[in-house]
Amino acid sequence: MAQYIKKVDDRDEDEYSPFLGIEKGAVLQEARVFNDSQLDSRRCSQVITKLLYLLNQGETFTKVEATEVFFSVTKLFQSKDVGLRRMVYLIIKELSPSSDEVIMVTSSLMKDMNSKTDVYRANAIRVLCRITDATLLTQIERYLKQAVVDKNPVVASAALVSGIHILQTNPEIVKRWSNEVQEAVQSRAALVQFHALALLHQIRQNDRLAVSKLVTSLTRGSVRSPLAQCLLIRYTSQVIRESSTNNQSGERPFYDYLEGCLRHKSEMVILEAARAITEFNGVTSRELTPAITVLQLFLSSSKPVLRFAAVRTLNKVAMTHPMAVTNCNIDMESLISDQNRSIATLAITTLLKTGNESGVDRLMKQITNFMSDIADEFKIVVVDAIRSLCLKFPLKYRSLMNFLSNILREEGGFEYKKAIVDSIVILIRDIPDAKEIGLLHLCEFIEDCEFTYLSTQILHFLGVEGPKTADPSKYIRYIYNRVILENATVRASAVSTLAKFGAVVDSLKPRVFVLLRRCLYDIDDEVRDRATLYLNTLGGDGSVVETDKDVKDFLFGSLDIPLVNLETSLKNYEPTEEPFDINSVENIPAAGNKPTALGAQPPAPASTVDTYENLLSSIPEFSTFGNLFKSSAPVELTEAETEYAVNVVKHIFDKHVVFQYNCTNTIPEQLLENVVVVVDASEAEEFAELATKPLNSLPYGAPGQTFVAFEKPEGVPAVGRFSNVLKFLVKEVDPSSGYAEEDGVEDEYQLEDSEIVAADYMLKVGVSNFRNAWESLGPEFERVDEYGLGPRESLSEAVNAVINLLGMQPCEGTEVVAANSRSHSCLLSGVYIGNVKVLVRLSFGVDSSKEVAMKLAVRSEDESVSDVIHDVVAN
Amino acid sequence: MEYCPLVKNILLLDSEGGRIAVKYYSDDWPTNNAKEAFEKSIFTKTHKINARTEAEITMLDSNVVLYKFVQDLHFFVTGGDSENELILSTVLQGFFDAVGILLRGNLNKREALENLDLILLCLDEIIDGGIILETDANVIAGKVASHSVDSAAPLSEQTISQALATAREHFTRSLLSG
Repeated sequence: MAQYIKKVDDRDEDEYSPFLGIEKGAVLQEARVFNDSQLDSRRCSQVITKLLYLLNQGETFTKVEATEVFFSVTKLFQSKDVGLRRMVYLIIKELSPSSDEVIMVTSSLMKDMNSKTDVYRANAIRVLCRITDATLLTQIERYLKQAVVDKNPVVASAALVSGIHILQTNPEIVKRWSNEVQEAVQSRAALVQFHALALLHQIRQNDRLAVSKLVTSLTRGSVRSPLAQCLLIRYTSQVIRESSTNNQSGERPFYDYLEGCLRHKSEMVILEAARAITEFNGVTSRELTPAITVLQLFLSSSKPVLRFAAVRTLNKVAMTHPMAVTNCNIDMESLISDQNRSIATLAITTLLKTGNESGVDRLMKQITNFMSDIADEFKIVVVDAIRSLCLKFPLKYRSLMNFLSNILREEGGFEYKKAIVDSIVILIRDIPDAKEIGLLHLCEFIEDCEFTYLSTQILHFLGVEGPKTADPSKYIRYIYNRVILENATVRASAVSTLAKFGAVVDSLKPRVFVLLRRCLYDIDDEVRDRATLYLNTLGGDGSVVETDKDVKDFLFGSLDIPLVNLETSLKNYEPTEEPFDINSVENIPAAGNKPTALGAQPPAPASTVDTYENLLSSIPEFSTFGNLFKSSAPVELTEAETEYAVNVVKHIFDKHVVFQYNCTNTIPEQLLENVVVVVDASEAEEFAELATKPLNSLPYGAPGQTFVAFEKPEGVPAVGRFSNVLKFLVKEVDPSSGYAEEDGVEDEYQLEDSEIVAADYMLKVGVSNFRNAWESLGPEFERVDEYGLGPRESLSEAVNAVINLLGMQPCEGTEVVAANSRSHSCLLSGVYIGNVKVLVRLSFGVDSSKEVAMKLAVRSEDESVSDVIHDVVAN
Repeated sequence: MEYCPLVKNILLLDSEGGRIAVKYYSDDWPTNNAKEAFEKSIFTKTHKINARTEAEITMLDSNVVLYKFVQDLHFFVTGGDSENELILSTVLQGFFDAVGILLRGNLNKREALENLDLILLCLDEIIDGGIILETDANVIAGKVASHSVDSAAPLSEQTISQALATAREHFTRSLLSG
């Protein structure tokens, strides 16, 4: 290509650029060549490149300039030069013309779309789809649909990728191409297959069943393109995620397919599959093993990208399944010295998660060498990992605390120092033995700390924790040094800390008074005010001393009003005679989850329980039922795609059960009113119907709820079957106006039966260490018995049946039965109604005739509950 | 598009972090200032690293960035936090090799600027709105080259020189990796 500007001789060779001294105004002038009657295509190409260069450098064109350029560019369609045409396409996309301008080029582009030259066709499609709007799209749709199945892969890909973009704005147009896209999925060209699969999935993404079918059929066949294979793995994970709730058999669907992908010849497919497996919900160690094995091979690859990908994935696995990753520890350790610092950091934090207690010291030595030559952002990650390690192995606090104090003394930015200080503070709080040495490290640090924020935080913390130590006097020196040496903010906060020591430690009081009195002469208002205030409240100026409790409340009590509320109240306060009353500030507790009875409850279910609880307590009839113990997952009472979709959620209280029927009306021409579910409880003797809350109106498409409440004997796990009939008043709706007719017809609709079973009284609550939990419950209320389960399909089927019967949480992955094993042990944990913790040990054995025998050992906090569990199994 | 592998940007910078050609496909950097700030931070973070034999990788603001350098040219490809690194790696390799073929092995800033039209077309052939269009360097370069009818070199001759460039490229790579 020719040089645009003559080389300036006195310039250094290195600084030479064809765009040196380029200026927007001049280039826009040059663009007039587009209007010449005799087009010089080479010159035009050069001018377009210059325009693109300007845009690429961040230069912007005004609306007028852009329009002018666009109009002259449209003239260039006259030229037959392929290279120039290609540049014209590029600049049109960059100028993103407005819709009235687009009309100028539509016909030219449509001509190119039907041209015999493939490169014209592919590029014209991409340009047109990028700049056009819905009305024009309908005109060109026919061509696009054809292009999807074009025999030239470049043209097909161009149409498919454009389809993916159009789908975001005009889905209904693209959905009509379904058949063509499906055909393109079978294409021999790798990228066409990839693009077609991506588009097909997008077209069907809201239809779960269709996605599931797509995955089922494609995982059987051979998808050739590695990129398409990666997509298929992603879709498969999606299907697995969505189906996991329904699958009871324990075998994960499509696992074999994913495992097969681990042996694919393309590394990107292997990585995608390994990652998909490690991200399973509740992945078992047996499922993990093959994925970990391939990732381990990647760790010693010569390619940094591969090592990074592997170590990043293993790092994530180590958060939840540290044991599964320990096999890779040797490879990880060699990565500590990796040239790529991201890899080294990930390796270290993984090791910190998987390491055992004895290896801590050795690891710390390796890390110390490493810390000096990495950036702050990596150091913060390491500090966080060390903090969790210390909490895991509290006995090792000495070496870990030393490490933290060493790095605290080294150079570092604010975020890094803050991470270290935060970690030390957390360790002091959680590990009592570490308190003294931790506080001293912090004292040392504030002697030479350049960050005001950290100094004040540490001083505050010292004030709370310091007075409670064996020898509080040794901290006073560090604190008073702050009053002498630091800026006003730190001095003020040091004064507060001194006062706290004075308030708590009587022996120090006189000496604290001396120090505080000195602060009365400080040059800063705040420091003087605080000193005066504290002297006054503590009685240092000889005035009447307030009671000890008041003083401590004042000094240590936290503000129990949300700051936001205080701020609004203060803003609304009009300066009058009446003083501002802090008690008038609204004290609405922050809208967080209230603490549930069990700390160990998994967060996700807890939040749905909360929403249900709020919903139920808002209904006056149910507000007296007390605390909600458990809400079941919704159970469908209708077939899919019927006129009315109804599912039921069972809410269990101590003495009551509430059925919540979630109803959806799927008929646009109907409005339902006075919707109730009539429940026949004749097969549930212990339940007595108490109240029904009808749903006044159920319009099309908007779900509504109706409730039925039953009373049941307290403490008895009453079970029973209920038959349900949906009754309502139907009114016809005129679809055009949306108005319902005045008169309606009574109608009813038979629903499936619902059931209350023993498992409804059990919450799935896992324990992290089953053995410890088992020992701590003790053998006092242990009940052991043996049962014959009769002939079963398989051992695994029997195990799952018992788990589902009891409705308890399997622990430590013991719900998975190894193939062909003759015996199995399973550990379960849960909380029974009345908040009684229950642990179960199951031992299964199977003989040659598939007769399964089971030994059941139950421990709980209540004798009767242990018996109930046995009753459940016995029946 | 949540399941589709997406590229957030492709950058070609010089040895001082200046732009040669850049293309953004994500709204993460809405203004030119935001884009320049990103380029500056990724350049500062990587420029001392030897990414000349193998592509290197790092994280920046919860994005994965892959990069490879040759002479005074710095190639970058950015993807989201959870993107498959090896997919991004094939994009980077495709871009890198295609530019190598188009510049006939003369990989330096001057040559790149003089052939900026080819580089911009090359970017256009690799990614369309964040979606990967093509990753095979020979196919990409072929598509770009077929558009620029260089009057100095007839078509047949051009394909031969192109073939030579490709051969040289493969030869060097096999030497380096071996």
